Amino acid sequence: MLNYDIVIVGGGPAGLAAAVAARDAGVDKILILERDKELGGILNQCIHNGFGLHTFKEELTGPEYAYRFIEKVLAADIEYKLNTMVMDISKDRVVTAMSKEDGMYQIKAGAVILAMGCRERPRGALNIPGYRPAGIFSAGTAQRLVNIEGYMPGREVVILGSGDIGLIMARRMTLEGAKVKVVAELMPYSGGLKRNIVQCLDDFGIPLKLSHTVVDIEGKEHLTAVTIAAVDNKGKPIPGTEERYTCDTLLLSCGLIPENELSRNAGVEMSPITSGPIVNESLETNIPGVFACGNVLHVHDLVDYVSEEALRAGQNAAKYVKGQLSEAKADIEIVATDGARYTVPSTINIGRMDDKLTVRFRVGAVYKDSYVSVYFDDERVMHNKKRIMAPGEMEQVILLKDKLAEKPGLKKITVKIENE
Amino acid sequence: MYDVVIIGAGVSGSSIARELSRYNVNACVLEKCEDLCEGTTKANSAIVHAGFDAPEGSLMAKLNVQGNEMMDQICKDLDVPFKRNGSLVVCIHKEALDGLKELYDRGIKNGVKNLKILSREEALELEPNLSDNVEGALYAPTGGIVCPFKLNIAMAENANVNGVEFRFNTEVEDISKGQDGLWHLRTNNGEYVAKYVVNAAGVYADKFHNMVSAKKIHITPRRGDYCLLDKEVGNHVTHTIFPQPTKLGKGVLVTPTVHGNLLVGPTAVDISDKEGTNTTKEGIDDLIEKANDHVKNLPLRKVITSFAGLRAHEDGQEFIIGEVEDAECFIDCAGIESPGLSASPAIGEMVANLLKEKMGLEEKQNWIGTRKDILNPAELSIEERNELIKKNPAYGNIICRCESISEGEIIDAIHRPLGARSLDGIKRRTRAGMGRCQGGFCSPKTMEIIHRELGLDYEKITKSGGRSNIVIERTKNQKGGEA
Repeated sequence: MLNYDIVIVGGGPAGLAAAVAARDAGVDKILILERDKELGGILNQCIHNGFGLHTFKEELTGPEYAYRFIEKVLAADIEYKLNTMVMDISKDRVVTAMSKEDGMYQIKAGAVILAMGCRERPRGALNIPGYRPAGIFSAGTAQRLVNIEGYMPGREVVILGSGDIGLIMARRMTLEGAKVKVVAELMPYSGGLKRNIVQCLDDFGIPLKLSHTVVDIEGKEHLTAVTIAAVDNKGKPIPGTEERYTCDTLLLSCGLIPENELSRNAGVEMSPITSGPIVNESLETNIPGVFACGNVLHVHDLVDYVSEEALRAGQNAAKYVKGQLSEAKADIEIVATDGARYTVPSTINIGRMDDKLTVRFRVGAVYKDSYVSVYFDDERVMHNKKRIMAPGEMEQVILLKDKLAEKPGLKKITVKIENE
Repeated sequence: MYDVVIIGAGVSGSSIARELSRYNVNACVLEKCEDLCEGTTKANSAIVHAGFDAPEGSLMAKLNVQGNEMMDQICKDLDVPFKRNGSLVVCIHKEALDGLKELYDRGIKNGVKNLKILSREEALELEPNLSDNVEGALYAPTGGIVCPFKLNIAMAENANVNGVEFRFNTEVEDISKGQDGLWHLRTNNGEYVAKYVVNAAGVYADKFHNMVSAKKIHITPRRGDYCLLDKEVGNHVTHTIFPQPTKLGKGVLVTPTVHGNLLVGPTAVDISDKEGTNTTKEGIDDLIEKANDHVKNLPLRKVITSFAGLRAHEDGQEFIIGEVEDAECFIDCAGIESPGLSASPAIGEMVANLLKEKMGLEEKQNWIGTRKDILNPAELSIEERNELIKKNPAYGNIICRCESISEGEIIDAIHRPLGARSLDGIKRRTRAGMGRCQGGFCSPKTMEIIHRELGLDYEKITKSGGRSNIVIERTKNQKGGEA
């Protein structure tokens, strides 16, 4: 069996940033396991710009952003294996991996960082009635076909769901000469970033129909048309509102699901809200020495936040293998309520906490001129007005260790949205 | 000219082809789709019924029980996943308990072994997730689950290895008796001539029967919607759970599949379109409601796909198997709805025996009765797997991450007899693309393998033949035009 200090599962933005941070923190034997043929993860197919505004103060394309980190990994001489699938992770951090070159082998890891990313919700999981012809793709699959393989799925496109990949693909398909007829979104708000709605739909005159869904799919061999209908406030289609669109392509951008099959098999405890691991202030799961970051932990809106989170996971994993991380103890619980859906992390041990701790969360609806409030037990300690908050954009509050230390015996921190 | 032409490469036609391949006979199977297993066999409950449903004395009952008994051996010989998980018919109304006794009595008369009526407590002990309303159940330990794709494909592959030809994308348009006394089958791919025709055309069997016989039959496509759930919840029940049967069939069942998913369905709606495999909102809503009657806490948020299949329902609700009275040498195998999959080994044997008698066929000396499925590396130890990868590195390259399917398995699926040519063909043979992401990640990679192994242009690669191509053309950049 091989031995490494830290094994990182996934060589996308999260895995790369975690690796660099762990090396900067002085860890020697680090191994990144990547299933694809190159490092960079999904960023490699995100050829549009807009990445890195926070991290690098400039607009990069996905591959450029990834390369900033790949360069660092190469410069630091961090080991990585490509075309390698992790088949299993055990409770005691034995990682089983497989590739053409190396066969199947096991690695004993001092610490494991989960950075497997997420997948798209497929048509089947959406229970859209109708036929099952060719021409229906999750938006990311179509993105790969167009941007990596160089093939067009079709010419007349309808998009269901307004997640960011769907919005980006609306523009991409248009630039490639396809006609994007409409984007339908089940919810009364978009699941994507405001800037993407403006730059990818509005600028190209593509209509976005909120509170609409696909109610029928036609075409026995290849897609020929879809029918869209308005939905009521329970998401049920309203009879009489049907509109038929002839099309040869239906793209689905209806949510991302953290890919945690390996984590689950290892015994990592999951949050039913995020579908990602439940982690403490160190981004450590319930299994000591197993950390998580990036979209496998919770789906992010911006890669900059992924990198920042991964940096912390890498630093904490480094502390863990060097024996500098005291035993995990959840002395403070963070509770999300009243419009805040979840928080990452969900517990804090003050002893292990950095001077500043970023707590990220998402809201469950659109809030205008509302407040993000933080309570230490029953006392409100933070009350920040936000002009607008939406489910498609991640929110954050920053907790200071000093402030927490002023409240000995603090048991519960509550994050909520308040009208006033 | 062929001795026998079989119309249809579903499980009936393929079973007949395999049984017939035991004899010195020149046979060919014509299939209108691009692959095996494209009709009724593609979308059904994947159940091997015990045999207590069909009326006593019916051909359905006889072949069901026979087929059930044959299933162990044929699945062993052909390396097909099959499990006797046992089935339960659940009664949720006290006043309907008599119905269980009726089924039990019928089962005994049909020759079903080891049937037992269970009390509420006994039923709950076997299956804790049964509805709180359960009053009793009929337990049939001989009930089982099988992979219908693999059974169909294995039978056909084995028939092919033993000399039966298969013609895909070949749709029979007309059948007539020539002056030569032979059957002439006009197809989109030229004319086929045969001494004998076997009509195993599923929902189209009436069409072909009625071309040659004055005594018309009528088959109604009876649509059934299904939901397939993630393997994560595949053990919600371990037996196949049926409601009590009604006139329209056996009702909405909840069952584990032999691959570890959970399957819920089917509905039963009579339609006119023989290709009408669209699901409907009403259908899905209906089956969810009905399934919840008998099984509690169904994790329906874990649905990974829904689909619809068509049963070939003949008006008399009976298998019609035998030589057509007014059409000599034309053998019907019609009305094969549930329990057709369970009965398929017996159907094959029955039709092959009939032909053997009529034609005086002799057994082949060198018939090969067994076949190995595509290797399943997940069953190997790490050492064995490493040996395999050393010999063939493609087995070390995982293509479908949800089901852990390697490139080696996909290449095998393409190059074995009657190999896959489409994404669905690969999916049915290997399960690549059948998992929770439904091909989102692996379909571009699988396309690359098809392109390489079959020399097919990307634009010609299909989901399931015909016009089901995945991509239409190069992007601007790749075409060398303006970017």
